[in-house]
Amino acid sequence: MARPRPAALVWRVALHLFLATGALLMALPFIWMVLSSFKDISQVFVVPPTWWPSPAHPENLANAWNALPFARAYLNSAYITVTIVVMQLLTCAMAAYAFARIRFPFRGGLFVLFLATLMVPSQLTVIPLYLIMKWIGWLDTHWAIIVPAALFNAFGVFMLRQFIKGIPVALEEAAIVDGASRWTVFWHIVLPLLRAPLAALGIFSFLAQWNNFFGPLIFLSTPEKFTVPLLVAQFKGQYTTDFPLMMAAASIAVVPVLVVFVLGQRYIVEGIALTGVTR
Amino acid sequence: MRVKTPWTSSEGRASTVAPPTASPERAAEGGRPGPRASSAARRRLGEAAWGFAFVGPQLVGLVVFVLGPLVFAIALSLMTWDGFGTREFVGLENFAQQARDETFWVSLRNTAYFTALLLPSDLICSLLVALAVNNVRGKVLYRLFFFMPVVTSSVAVSVVWLWLLNGEFGPVNSYLRDWFGIEPPNWIVDPAWVIPAIALVSLWRGIGFTMVIFLAGLQGIPRTLVEAAEIDGAGALRTFWHVTLPMLSPTILFLTITSMIGSFQVFDLAYVMTNGGPGDASRTLVFHIYDLAFVDFEFGASAASAVVLFVILLVLTLAQLWAQRRWVYYEE
Repeated sequence: MARPRPAALVWRVALHLFLATGALLMALPFIWMVLSSFKDISQVFVVPPTWWPSPAHPENLANAWNALPFARAYLNSAYITVTIVVMQLLTCAMAAYAFARIRFPFRGGLFVLFLATLMVPSQLTVIPLYLIMKWIGWLDTHWAIIVPAALFNAFGVFMLRQFIKGIPVALEEAAIVDGASRWTVFWHIVLPLLRAPLAALGIFSFLAQWNNFFGPLIFLSTPEKFTVPLLVAQFKGQYTTDFPLMMAAASIAVVPVLVVFVLGQRYIVEGIALTGVTR
Repeated sequence: MRVKTPWTSSEGRASTVAPPTASPERAAEGGRPGPRASSAARRRLGEAAWGFAFVGPQLVGLVVFVLGPLVFAIALSLMTWDGFGTREFVGLENFAQQARDETFWVSLRNTAYFTALLLPSDLICSLLVALAVNNVRGKVLYRLFFFMPVVTSSVAVSVVWLWLLNGEFGPVNSYLRDWFGIEPPNWIVDPAWVIPAIALVSLWRGIGFTMVIFLAGLQGIPRTLVEAAEIDGAGALRTFWHVTLPMLSPTILFLTITSMIGSFQVFDLAYVMTNGGPGDASRTLVFHIYDLAFVDFEFGASAASAVVLFVILLVLTLAQLWAQRRWVYYEE
């Protein structure tokens, strides 16, 4: 790097200023959210608004937690999301392997069909899906949310297929010559090589499923079964004017996710970029 | 070719299983019939079986949870049904009825307005941020901050911004009044400003995602091109316009298409923040679809609106893909 000329230095300071302002704008609502969850209602209407709660009311958090079944909601969100992600990774990898490596009739047309569904907005299929779930009896159960997502992810299939195509065929052929079945080749050779895209897809999928609101909104009606986003919406509906309490609920919903994000952010952000740029 | 693998038996038995799939087909292409032909057919059958076995789960998902419902949705759009009573085939009446329905057009207009506000601002702001991040140290830290809103639940975001954007005591308006001396709009309550408000929140929420994709695109531009431009005496602006932007155009196309599709499907914010209000001012197309189905129980009309959404998205995407020849540069 050449020694920084004064103009370049000014430029760099300006960039940092620009980015720091942006970063602050991104973070401020969260700071407001956490600080305000300690306020009481009287502090809401203060003009100009204060940032720091005085006096602080930490019991807001406990009240919010207990007002609605948050523990349950976290449990629901967690096991639903993990189940979906694990199943998705497995079924997508299997399908991707078939599309990339196995010759079977209609393979080409089927793959195009998969891609075509990427065009179909979920809102078009959700109403019939609701009626189907009603008919099966899965309304207000978690099955209605888990099964469709676990068994279908066209984007995942597409992305993994591209990656598998990049793996040298020789590796698999060697194993096939040795008498390995397709499944063994898939499980022991191909899958370990897919670690990076699988991680990216898994993270992407985890985020999407955890924050999914429309699906649970449509299929679930008992609060004990709600996922975290749905419960927060319920909170908003019940305590519409109790802003500090709502901030507490939002904090409960958001802060753990943020902590996980900060800890794993490198993988998450790189994963998103990975999924977005594989053409 | 003998490879030591976990499943090879230790005695090294002779392989009785088919060699790689290439050879039986080559034998068949050679046009020589014989004992190989039937075993080749059996192998192909075995392959096909494996193929369908692997694709199976996703195939089931595709048919049962996407194709089936899709066909069902199109059929539904041609019927009236409330989910309980009788179904009645009414042809295109649902579409005609929606065309006559003022709230349908309001929903469509609101959604288009929302997209028109969000799409350019998102692309431009994210590109600016990505360019800045790409040229400074501390990329990881900045990326983290900008991406935080992306990982947050839209519902929690809505709840927080409801307070932030409150007309009387919300901090946004307070600061606008104190620092700029203007009388800011009553964001959520004023019908003229509610869509811009939701667009603002969506922008805040989405910049990080778009920025990260742009960053990846920027980092894919070969340094040699940029350096060549510098050597030729091009300033920063010219380099941007003639090198960076063209090389970035596939990414821009990808983001334009995906962001447009996403914007047209806006629902969470409109539902949680304002419930389509005030009145119908923030009623979006997906909100309309939801409302018709789960509030009015008019599944036929709802499906018809959803079909319209689908067609709009299809047309917009195809238009983009057709237009790409004009402005997208692909390196050969």
